[in-house]
Order: sequence, then structure tokens, then C-alpha cells
Amino acid sequence: MSDKPEKLITDNGLRLDGRRADEIRPMKIEIGVLSRADGSCYLEWGRNKILVGVFGPREAHPRRTQRADTAVIRYRYNMASFSVEDRARPGPSRRSIEISKVSREAFEPVIMAELFPKTAIDIFVEVLQADAGTRTAAINASSVALADAGIPMKGLITSCAFGKVDGQIVLDLNKEEDNYGEADFPVAMTQDGEITLLQMDGHLTPDEIKKGLELVKKGCKEILEIQQTVLRKKFETPVDETAEEAADTAETENKVVEEEASLEYASEAAVVEEAIEEAEELKKEISEETAAAEVCSAEEIPEFEELEEIIEEAETRVDEEALEEVVEAEIEEEAEEEAFEEEAEFEASFEASFEEVSEPEKFEELEAEETVSGEEKMKCEPEEFIEEETQLEEESGIEEIASEEVFESELEIESEAESEKELSAEEEVEAEEEVEAEEEEEVEAEAEEEVEAEEKKSEGPWKVVKDPSESGSRGENNE
Amino acid sequence: MSEVIATLKKDYIYNLMIKGKRQDGRGFKDFRDIKLETNVISKAEGSAKMTLGNTQVLVGVKLQTGTPFPDSEDEGVIITNLELNPIASPEFEPGPPREDAIEMARVVDRGIRESGAIDLKKLCITVGESVWIVFIDVHILNDDGNLIDASCLAAIAALMTTIVPNEQQGIGKNVPLSMKEIPVGVTLAKIGSKLMIDPSLDEEAVCDTKLTVVSSSDGSVAGMQKMGSVPFTEAEVLEAIDMAREKAAELRELYLEGLVKQE
Repeated sequence: MSDKPEKLITDNGLRLDGRRADEIRPMKIEIGVLSRADGSCYLEWGRNKILVGVFGPREAHPRRTQRADTAVIRYRYNMASFSVEDRARPGPSRRSIEISKVSREAFEPVIMAELFPKTAIDIFVEVLQADAGTRTAAINASSVALADAGIPMKGLITSCAFGKVDGQIVLDLNKEEDNYGEADFPVAMTQDGEITLLQMDGHLTPDEIKKGLELVKKGCKEILEIQQTVLRKKFETPVDETAEEAADTAETENKVVEEEASLEYASEAAVVEEAIEEAEELKKEISEETAAAEVCSAEEIPEFEELEEIIEEAETRVDEEALEEVVEAEIEEEAEEEAFEEEAEFEASFEASFEEVSEPEKFEELEAEETVSGEEKMKCEPEEFIEEETQLEEESGIEEIASEEVFESELEIESEAESEKELSAEEEVEAEEEVEAEEEEEVEAEAEEEVEAEEKKSEGPWKVVKDPSESGSRGENNE
Repeated sequence: MSEVIATLKKDYIYNLMIKGKRQDGRGFKDFRDIKLETNVISKAEGSAKMTLGNTQVLVGVKLQTGTPFPDSEDEGVIITNLELNPIASPEFEPGPPREDAIEMARVVDRGIRESGAIDLKKLCITVGESVWIVFIDVHILNDDGNLIDASCLAAIAALMTTIVPNEQQGIGKNVPLSMKEIPVGVTLAKIGSKLMIDPSLDEEAVCDTKLTVVSSSDGSVAGMQKMGSVPFTEAEVLEAIDMAREKAAELRELYLEGLVKQE
């Protein structure tokens, strides 16, 4: 181990790694890195490398550990023997047992364990490389992994430490600062700023603690944003096995693009442009692709084709009322024919959104969105985003504008109708939810026989839409 | 540590607390009766028995020579161990230490280590080769709540009366262990939005979260640990720190500073 540096904070107020006192180390998070775990996360924070896998809720073993009223949460913090300078003895140490305990307690207030009695939720943390602040890094990673596993939580937990170095309060200690600093104060908090983990050693006055807690709040806020961004990126990229979802994909992707372009990530626009071109090429192959893709079930392929037909049909009928009539007529017809169940539902949802938007253009948009094959875009885009984001940030404003313009022209239809689309997207979602209710009402009025068909319908495509776990998309965006 | 407790009793304690009262009539800032005896085990280099209400803790300090850690070749070594002896509670079982025992041991250890209570440089016999290793063994004899504070107080009292057995090693006269600081741990339980010092066993069962604050004689904080699953707000933490420091100063004056003067 190297000797203590003379100064841990230089005269100009910078720390050894060039950070200011209130800066955290750069953090990188990846989600869904383990295919067998229900949720997983890989996090790099400075030189810390943490891997977290979440399993469960699953049956708790041994059975005596089960609790009748709630799930048991188990947190295992483990250091790889090669993660530190001097080889750590494998297996739980007293330190790791303590960290596991306090970290578990940090999560207990937010995990809604009462929903899963008799089960266990396992959080396994592997510290692959340690460089001070591993417990806070592990908590940040676990929080994301829990969300990835779809475990109901009241909010994310973020964690960050502050400490005292050369008599100065600083955020997020690195290894040297941890070794030679005067205090270390790890904190974990909820999104509301309630403290769920608090440990401290060293020498601090109450005023310093007050100051440090302010710093930690700031740090946690930054980390929360990183966590949320990563989670959004994953869960906004939707499942794409049905036509509806393909439409959604295009929409959300546009939103993402929009957001990021507005954040002056000029390069993304270019990337998106490329991606769209690619996607449009791929669009031609889409029917083969979908047929070929093994993820698509046999049921879903005809569905997709049918939906396309319907859209084409709908396109030709610009007259709203006429369409409504046709649609209604179709619904009735289809209710009789079970083979066309999904169509009816789709149409019904269309109808609903149609009524509210009352703009026939929407069909064009939808088709346009659809044809931008969501599947292919999803596969190529997010990866590029991430890489490009970091690499091309510095690109000039001119390029930014240019690429934005190109991009806009490329996506003219979409971008023109963006607000509408967002509306319609919301409405579609609403419509989807409402469809069941609405349709039920209609059908009840019409005939009781149709109720059966109705129920079957609501079973149909909605399962795919509502339950992402069945779509086979989990872990698809692994980077 | 959650013992089985009747719901009725739980409600009773909880409701008392809301009214600002405690089961045993104490105020929120009061400790239970403290009795501290030192030099209770003559075979140990230092020892102390602490009674806090019905909680009983015995701490023995043994010194042995050994090799120092490579990153601190001129310093002695502290090793703290805490055993939840099955004699102390029907909840405790023989076997390897549970996670709460490990946690308590480490909190006691951190308080002593981080406050710089022991002058470790004076425990060096030959640089890089031989130093004194201070074993602090905490035995819980009867668990009636707030084991940490009892352990902290007993451990520091035992250390303050410890004699370094230099004669046994033929390296000069026996001398008292050189102490630089007197850290005192004070634990607060949070019930509802109220904080109370020195929770009894029943109160520990009712409260969901405790915060231990170890403070030094200059009023600075040397160690903290939150235990339990309910969160604290920032204001509560700051309030707890103030309450704990105040109480720690009181305990230090009443029970510990006298020990130094006896030397």
C-alpha cells in the first residue's frame, strides 16, 4: 500500500482525482446483464465494479425462515477474493455480514414484501473490484436490480458517502481518501430523503455532520437521476411482437430521440437517422422476419398481419362516421367469428382513440410508425445511443442543427404529428384499458352472446401487452 | 433481536410513548440505573461488569503479544469480540455469532478504534515484529435491552483499568494501558416520531429503529450506526446526535472519569 500523500486536497480545492469536494465519481450502470437472474445490474462507480443479481420472490428455503405475513428479504454482500489489494479470504467475513445486515435494512422500508408472504427475495451482491464506497455502490446497484426484477417498491434507494479529508467535508471518498481521511459516513436514503442506512466512523463535529448530510443529499439526487435514466431507457423500449407494440415502439423511440436532441445530444439525431434508414430497409423484410423470429408465437404472426390489413382498410376510409359504422359492424361480425377477435379489439381501441383525436391522419401516422420496424430498431439503437452519447457529446452546434434538420425531415410525419401522437399514445393506452369496459358495455347492450366472445377477446392480445414477462423481451437490451 | 411480545403489551408501550411516558416511569432522556464495577476478574488484565437496569454485561480484556499488521507496524492491535451467551436470553443459541452480535461487536470496536481511545503506539514492543494485541471480549450475561451502550461503557471501563503485563514478557514494569480518549455510546430508539434514550427490551421490541451514537469527550462524534428497518429523517438524526452527546458527557463524568483518577 502506498504511503500517505502529503495532501489529499490540492491548493486549488481539487482532490487527487481532480474532483471538487461536492462531486461524485463517474457512475455507469447497466441493467439486465444476467439472463438467469430475475433482475440484475452491473455498476461501475469510479474504480468500483459491482454486480448484483436479484432472485424472487421465490419460495423461502429452509422453510422455517418463511414468514406467514411477508416475504423475507435476504441481502448477501460478498467480496471477490481478487477485488482488493491483498487477497481477501473467500466467504463471509464479519465485515461483510455487518454490511449485509445494514444494507438489507436499508431496503426493507421500500420493498413491498407484504405482497409476497412465505417467499424470499434474494439480493446477491458481488464486489468484483473494490475502491472505497463499495457498500454504497452495492446499494445503488441493488436498487436498480430490484426494479429490473419488477419487485414492487415504494421508491428507489440511493446511497452515497461523505467524509472528512484534510479537515474538509467531501462527497464520495475514493480509496486514498478513505484510507487517510478522518471520517467516513455512508448514508442511504429514499427518494423522499428519509435515511435508511446510516453508519459512521472517524471524527466529526455536529456541524460537520450537518454540512455532510447536505452534500450527501445532493449526491444522492444525482445518483437517483442516473438510476432513473437507466431504468427508463430499458423500460421505455417496449416489447414489439404485435403491431400495436410496434407502433408504441416508434412513438417512444421518437420521444427518446426528441428528449435527447433537446438535451443537445446532437449526435444522437444522426444515429437515430441512420437507425431509421436501416429500419426502413429492414421494414421490407419485416413479414419474413416476424415469421422467422422464434420469439413470436404462432398466434401472434397472423395477428400482426391482420392488424396491418385493418390499418390499410382504415386508411381508405377517411370519413369518420362511416368508419365508425364500419368498425362497429365489424365488431359485431367479428364477435361471431372467434378467429377475428383480436381485430375487433384493435379496431375498438382505434375507434376510441379516433373519437377523441378526431383526426383521420392518425392512421397514416400509425402505419408509418409501424413500418419503422420496432424490433430491429430496438436492437441496434439503444446500444448506439449509449456509446454515442459519451463519445460524441462534444460535437459542434452546427452539426447538431444540421442533423436535427435531416432527422426531422426524415421523420416528418411523426414529428409533425408528435403532439397528437403523444396524445393518441396516451389515449391508446387509456383506450386499451377502457376497451374492456367500453366494449363490455356496448356488448351488453347488444347481445349477451357476445359477452363470451368479449371475455375471450380481453384475454387475447392484452396478455402480451400488459405482461412484459411473457413477451420474451427481458434482457433483450443487454449491452 | 425482536423477541416475541404480546400485542397488548406492545400497544400499551406504544400508547404510553405517545403520551410521553415510559413503562418504567423514566423520562425519554433517562438511562436506567447504572452500576459499574471494575477489576472483577483478577485473571484478566482488565475487566468490568456493567449493570444497566436488568441488563448485565461483563467485559474482560486480555493482552497477548503478536505481530503487527504490515500497514501499521508500530501500532498495537485491537480485537473486539461480543458473545450473545445463551445464558442471557431464551432467544440466544449456542453456535457461531449471529449477525446482530457481529454488528454490535463492530460498533463497540469502531467507537474505541476511531475515537483513538487507546494509544496504540505505546503498545509496540519491537517495530514490525512484536506488539501487544488487546482482546476485548464482551460477554452478555442478561439481555434486558440496550446491549450496545452497556457493552460500550463496560469495554471502556475495562480498558481504563487494564494493566499491560510487561513483566510477564520481561520487558520492564507493568504499566496501566495508555488511554487518550473516553468514547461513550448512547443508543436512541425511535418510536413514532419520538426518540428515547436507552431502550429496554420491551421498548426495543416495539421500536423499529435504533441509532447508536458514539461520541468523544470533545463533543465530536466517533461512530454511528443505524439499526432496524424504519428510516430516520435528517432532522431526527441531528436531534439524536445532540441528545446522545449530551447524555454521553453526563455518563462520562459520572462513571468513567473517576476511574482515571484512581490510577
